[in-house]
Amino acid sequence: MMDAATLFGLCAAALVGLGVYALIADPQPLRKIIAFNVVGGGVFMLFGAIARRGAALGMGGDPVPQALLITGIVVAFSATALAVTLLLRLAEESGTVTLAPDPPQPAERDAVARDA
Amino acid sequence: MMETLNSGLALLILALAIWTVVARDTFAAVVGFVAYGLLLALAWVQLHGIDVALIEAAIGGGLTGALLIRAAARLRNTEAATRAERPGVPARMAAALLAGCVTTALAVAVLALPDPAPTLAPDTAANMAATGVGNPITAVLLAFRAMDTLLEAIVVLIALIGVWSFAPDRAWGGRPGPLHRSDPDGILAWLARVLPPIGVMVAIYIFWIGAELPGGKFQGASILAAMWLLAVMAGLVDTPPVSRTWLRVALVAGPAVFIAVGAAGAVFAGAFLAYPEGLAKPLIKLIEIALVPSLALTLALILAGAPERTAK
Repeated sequence: MMDAATLFGLCAAALVGLGVYALIADPQPLRKIIAFNVVGGGVFMLFGAIARRGAALGMGGDPVPQALLITGIVVAFSATALAVTLLLRLAEESGTVTLAPDPPQPAERDAVARDA
Repeated sequence: MMETLNSGLALLILALAIWTVVARDTFAAVVGFVAYGLLLALAWVQLHGIDVALIEAAIGGGLTGALLIRAAARLRNTEAATRAERPGVPARMAAALLAGCVTTALAVAVLALPDPAPTLAPDTAANMAATGVGNPITAVLLAFRAMDTLLEAIVVLIALIGVWSFAPDRAWGGRPGPLHRSDPDGILAWLARVLPPIGVMVAIYIFWIGAELPGGKFQGASILAAMWLLAVMAGLVDTPPVSRTWLRVALVAGPAVFIAVGAAGAVFAGAFLAYPEGLAKPLIKLIEIALVPSLALTLALILAGAPERTAK
């Protein structure tokens, strides 16, 4: 039976792959942001598995990567919030959040602006 | 026993991640994501990272979840149109292939990690006495790698400036978020009255104990932010207009104290962010006490979003 660090390390590898797939294959911007956070969870967990392997002297893991993870999770939240706010503003402004190359028709856009 | 528990936990996390990716409805995906964040926190406990588990549960699951739920609710009308833009089968196959390669490469790397693992734990243990704190993570965050933590506090502040800058012209400098009204005798208003006193106590405890045991300022600040947002959502208090001077002073006070202590270190201890001998613990506590209110306010306002209403 493998130890917790290896098990969660492999789990993290699968999470990163899943997130990368959804980041590319899902056309909805909000779903891409969620997928990005799934990747983030995997990357953090991988780093945590590596920290766990550095356990020594009564510490359950290497404290330096663990402290950096706390920083990383807070920064990931900030970036997510920024992306979500941008998306909500885009929806408010154009009535759609498409990432497709064709811009919305000017007539449609004006109609939305009038309604808003 | 522990192995079975860990395997079950890993499988459950994977299943929730798959649900988050494949769920048709974005709202359902977000609910899956929140559960995913909470289970990740449990995995952190199993990896002996209790401090990280606390922050993952509070921010990774809690605050990010709240942010995504609000976004999913607001974007519901646009969902059908964008869903139709799904790429074709060849593109999805290519994406799956790439994702498979990434996973394989990472898995190989995990299995090939060096043994014995490199670690900074002995160095941390050897130098911790000089900082006077008992929690090695706090020692790293505020002494050995204090520069990272300072920059992090500033990054969070810059993110808030970014969020505010998405305000439409008519609401510039106004109040973030919609005006919340709720039944004053309803369950939400009741919870928003009962929970914050307990939450504030828990937050202060988690913050204060962080010097010796798992916990700390980010965890405490997230709980404070959540309590304030609960009161906002119940309509008991309103978000302040972002142009208020007191608000801006409160936001920069924490990082400003941090920088001031760092600059004093350059004069009295020979390096930026160095602490004079014997004064490390009081200075660390001073920085943390100054950071908690600023961080709580910043996190809460990031979550509240761009200004939407005029300041009247």
